[in-house]
Amino acid sequence: MGSKRIDSRRFWKLIALSGAIVVAVMLAMPLVGAVKIDLARVLAGQSPDYELMVELRLPRVLLALLAGGGLALAGALFQGLLRDALATPYTLGVSSGASLGAVTAICFGWREAGHMPAVWLGAFCGAGLVLFLVLGIAGRERRMSTFTLLLAGVAMNSVCGALIQFLHSMAGLAQSFSISRWLMGGIDSVDYGTLAWLSVLVLGSSAAVMWRWRDWNLMAGGEEWAAARGVSIGRVVFTGYVAGSLLTGAITAVTGPIGFVGLIIPHALRLRIGADHRLLLPCSFLVGAAFLALCDGLGRVVLAPAEVPVGIVTSILGGPFFIWLLRSRSRSVRI
Amino acid sequence: MTPAFELAGVGMRYNGTDVLDGINLRLDSGLLAAIVGPNGAGKSTLLGIMAGLRDEYRGNCRFRGTELRKWRRRDYARKVSFVPQSVTMEFPFTAEQVVLMGRAPFSAGLFETETDYAAAHEAMQLTGSLPFRDRDFRSLSGGERQRVILASALAQSPEALLLDEPTTYLDLQHQVALYRVLRTLRDRGVLVVTVTHDLNLAAGYADRVVVLSAGEVAADGPPSEALRPECIARIFEVEVGLTRTPSGRPWIVYGE
Repeated sequence: MGSKRIDSRRFWKLIALSGAIVVAVMLAMPLVGAVKIDLARVLAGQSPDYELMVELRLPRVLLALLAGGGLALAGALFQGLLRDALATPYTLGVSSGASLGAVTAICFGWREAGHMPAVWLGAFCGAGLVLFLVLGIAGRERRMSTFTLLLAGVAMNSVCGALIQFLHSMAGLAQSFSISRWLMGGIDSVDYGTLAWLSVLVLGSSAAVMWRWRDWNLMAGGEEWAAARGVSIGRVVFTGYVAGSLLTGAITAVTGPIGFVGLIIPHALRLRIGADHRLLLPCSFLVGAAFLALCDGLGRVVLAPAEVPVGIVTSILGGPFFIWLLRSRSRSVRI
Repeated sequence: MTPAFELAGVGMRYNGTDVLDGINLRLDSGLLAAIVGPNGAGKSTLLGIMAGLRDEYRGNCRFRGTELRKWRRRDYARKVSFVPQSVTMEFPFTAEQVVLMGRAPFSAGLFETETDYAAAHEAMQLTGSLPFRDRDFRSLSGGERQRVILASALAQSPEALLLDEPTTYLDLQHQVALYRVLRTLRDRGVLVVTVTHDLNLAAGYADRVVVLSAGEVAADGPPSEALRPECIARIFEVEVGLTRTPSGRPWIVYGE
């Protein structure tokens, strides 16, 4: 292993590289789909290319970028916070709560609440409920620790999972299909208003997480190690859990649970750039964003006009890629 | 001068049992003190309280005149560093990155300063951990890790250094090297407090030995006073003899 020192030159080089990948994906992916779009007609505002691009493709790509970035960042955060290499954004129960809320809305045939789809609202309420329950259970200790957080999160996962299965078993055929489809996760076109509030939540939470990069580094050595170096464990665990849960809950409510991004992206990056969270977190966000948008683009074209759910694409592409990465580790070139 | 640590009536209850009771200690700067005692005597608990890791103690525990609970954690970490018995890193941090973690209480920006690198370099030089600074911490042997952990604590530039069984994974050569480093720090005015099971290392290097038994101070003084054979026999329930090293330090002998 060569020196993994992070000076400003190496830091900004890697951020610029990751950013360039995101920009390339953001420019290319809206052009990918079952129907070919003529860029000249889009720029001239001519139908239907303009509507296809502005109302369908572009918001979909932007949603994929936000969701991929947020999930990869939440994965890196929870792995660091829990000192568990297999932690994912879904380990601490919030997404199960979101799924339970969404499944309940589908099961009871609720369509819209206020100006929001009932499935989203149900998912938000479910995520919020689990967030407060887990905080309530873990907060009963004198000082919130990652251990009690993990136990409370796993317990909530289990309860929500059982309730989802129960509701699924009681649902009619059409509802059952909707539930299965929702649980696969997927990126759809959304309006710009939704993208705006999701951006505020995702970017705000991500900034809060990245700001505390030093604390996540110290947590890698355990709570005592971090506390002896000035970290207020209770406050940091609380901040990490709430920020990660906001990210995961908000994204899951809109897209459903999308697997693998939160696990594979931080791991792949750690193999290449090291474990330091000051670089790992922003790079996870950027590469995760590009990865999910790329997977969604592929899902649109491989079986066009049918679409493959993006969660399936991430797993099929991500698994072999990760194995290749592990095998090539010994002859890796440091970036 | 205000003593580094001043403990008055310090106690701790755990699951309904007193693991520490009525501890009174005054520890000044420029002292190398060893805390010894049988298993379960409360040594690590006492060190944990002093490190600011357990604030549920009763009585008073002050550092530089201020109760530990009133210190801001980051400010305290600039004054007192703690070396746990062992540390596992979950992710691939290099030895140098682990040492640089000791600079966290002083850091504010996105990148380490020249001062941070200089402190880390000096700490690694002092502990002999420079040769493996670029290696993954997880790939190091137990002894190498221990030296990196010590270097990380030294990089904190502490006024007081607290160590919990620092020689557990070290061979004889590195045990001696470690205590020499501790003596160097003591000579620079640092208060060094180490919990150890090795009575002869305590006798050979410490200025003062505190013997704990069942959560209370059973003896406290220079090694020749605190480690008298009858005291050791009573506390550890082992018959021992006492001889002297060539430099006149006490040396405890036992065996059948």
